[in-house]
Amino acid sequence: MIYVDKFPVVGKFDGFGGQFVPEALMPALKELEDSYQRLKRDQSFKSELNGYLRHYVGRPTPLYFAKNLSKKVKMKVYLKREDLAMTGAHKINNAIGQAILAKRMGKSRLVAETGAGQHGVAVATAAAMLGLKCDIYMGAVDMERQRLNVFRMRLLGARVIPVKMGSRILKDAINEALRDWTANVRTTHYLLGSVVGPHPYPMIVRDFQRIIGEETKEQILQEEGVLPDAIVACVGGGSNSIGTFYEFLDDSVELFGVEAGGMGLNTGKHAAPLLRGSSGVLHGSCTSVLQDRFGQILPTHSISAGLDYPAVGPEHSMLKAKRRVQYDSVTDKEALSAFQLLSRTEGILPALESAHAVAYLKKMPRRFRNKLVVVSLSGRGDKDIETVVRALGIKA
Amino acid sequence: MSRISIKFEELRQKQEGALIAFLTAGDPSPTTTLKLVNILTKHADIIELGIPFSDPIADGSTIQRATDRALKRSTTPDTVLSLIKQIRLMSKVPLVILTYCNILLKLGVATFVKRFATAGVDGLVVPDLPLEEAGELLRATKEHEIDLILLATPATPHERLERICNVSSGFLYLVSLLGVTGARKELSPSARSLIRKVKNISKIPVAVGFGVSKPEHVASIIKAGADGAIVGSAFINIIEKNLNNEKRLLQKIDSFGKSLKAATWRN
Repeated sequence: MIYVDKFPVVGKFDGFGGQFVPEALMPALKELEDSYQRLKRDQSFKSELNGYLRHYVGRPTPLYFAKNLSKKVKMKVYLKREDLAMTGAHKINNAIGQAILAKRMGKSRLVAETGAGQHGVAVATAAAMLGLKCDIYMGAVDMERQRLNVFRMRLLGARVIPVKMGSRILKDAINEALRDWTANVRTTHYLLGSVVGPHPYPMIVRDFQRIIGEETKEQILQEEGVLPDAIVACVGGGSNSIGTFYEFLDDSVELFGVEAGGMGLNTGKHAAPLLRGSSGVLHGSCTSVLQDRFGQILPTHSISAGLDYPAVGPEHSMLKAKRRVQYDSVTDKEALSAFQLLSRTEGILPALESAHAVAYLKKMPRRFRNKLVVVSLSGRGDKDIETVVRALGIKA
Repeated sequence: MSRISIKFEELRQKQEGALIAFLTAGDPSPTTTLKLVNILTKHADIIELGIPFSDPIADGSTIQRATDRALKRSTTPDTVLSLIKQIRLMSKVPLVILTYCNILLKLGVATFVKRFATAGVDGLVVPDLPLEEAGELLRATKEHEIDLILLATPATPHERLERICNVSSGFLYLVSLLGVTGARKELSPSARSLIRKVKNISKIPVAVGFGVSKPEHVASIIKAGADGAIVGSAFINIIEKNLNNEKRLLQKIDSFGKSLKAATWRN
């Protein structure tokens, strides 16, 4: 085995990752890592988690053969339907896992950040179900563009705290959540939603998302009898993609991660740290970061709030350096047209994040013509209706 | 002995605690920072300057806003370097630089330390660089003979506290509370017990910061046995209230600095 279960080594993915956090958080990170290492082998933890995943989240999610889309893109396309999971995105896999972990660690309160609101909704859901207090930090810009999810979180009993500092998006929400955690570290678990942040988060979130790839492998073998030629997933922080890819890292399957190209990589208005960033430290982790020549973090742009982040999980930085995963991008425009394509051909409204992965089908190398491709459909698009309708100029 | 260590020794003999004044360099502008430092050197024993970083996770909203103002005025590490050179022309006050990891890494740890040490900086605080990641910086600061000041908090376990005390030089930055920087009404009760704990472990001078914002706080920290008090956000609050009146700003900083320094006298 080259990749699976090999990293992180002492908190690092071949030099990426680490724990660049204030001293106040170091004991909490150690406590989290120790508890996680103990509980992940614990039978009662595993059966509690699996019970919820099956009966509450609705796993396994289907692997759907998209026959009409396949014709359009001239490939045999399967969609891994994370949009059909409880709350409408893959985020719930990690939220339930960490919420149970937090409860068993004796924490009574969860804080979390959210960009598109999908992670926030997932955490609010898990908190409601497990009886934990829940505060969600969300950038003021994101609260505006994803306000349906703000209503959902509030209806689920969570407090949604607007972040008006900095660029007022996901990055700033993580800053505030980290500050809150620093102040309340004894009673509170920080339920980070992506494979970013200080060790052990990139490992824990990945492990809770691995189920996407595990199911996909079993399902595709059952349907087709062979592994796919390629798998495509969108990359913001990178939890959906790492969760989908992980089980295939040691197989001969080509993996494509799609970053948010925004208005285009050459305009500077994008969120593609793997393609246009450089090595740096943000939110406790050494990874690819969009930064200026002095090390200040740059503003980002994407039509998709969930991808609008200037850094990426450290394991992705490693997988890029090792050339195991190929990273590319699609623009806002391409994502929007993929949103329409999937809606009209398959009757599925994808999240704008997931629409980036769908859009990439049209940009895939020619050698994949008529080949077997799996796309991870990370979430559903209900939350994005207002954004999409505005962007397309559709009238009621 | 470093300029910082010598200062603490001097103050000990005079029965005084150290007043360490923090400002974000470039807030509200580099020229005003220079004027503020000039005034503060009358009262403060050590000056700590922050190189602004866009995402300061150890800081509260006051310093985040100061950072935003400084970055709007295009304050870069080079701007701060030239400020330091100008301060060194007029004062021998011990100077500490505070900045976040990414600023150091972008320039290169060794280059950063070399440039700032050569310009006359005496110590460095990097709030998002814990012991485990500090190896390269530790080597560089040793080579250029400046202090690497580490932080400890009420959550730091005993054994870890010992290691931090052994590695930190110049002084130990004791975080008074669990949380981020920012003025508070009351001094955290955990500060006093933490000071005693460190004093039982190590001889390193101890300065307490985070939430220290009034002369009473300073007096109570010094009385509890600390060697210094670090005040930052309270100064920045004054800056923020007087953004359009520099003369008044300088007067206010002068009188507030004076009252804080008076609170460090042991008798």
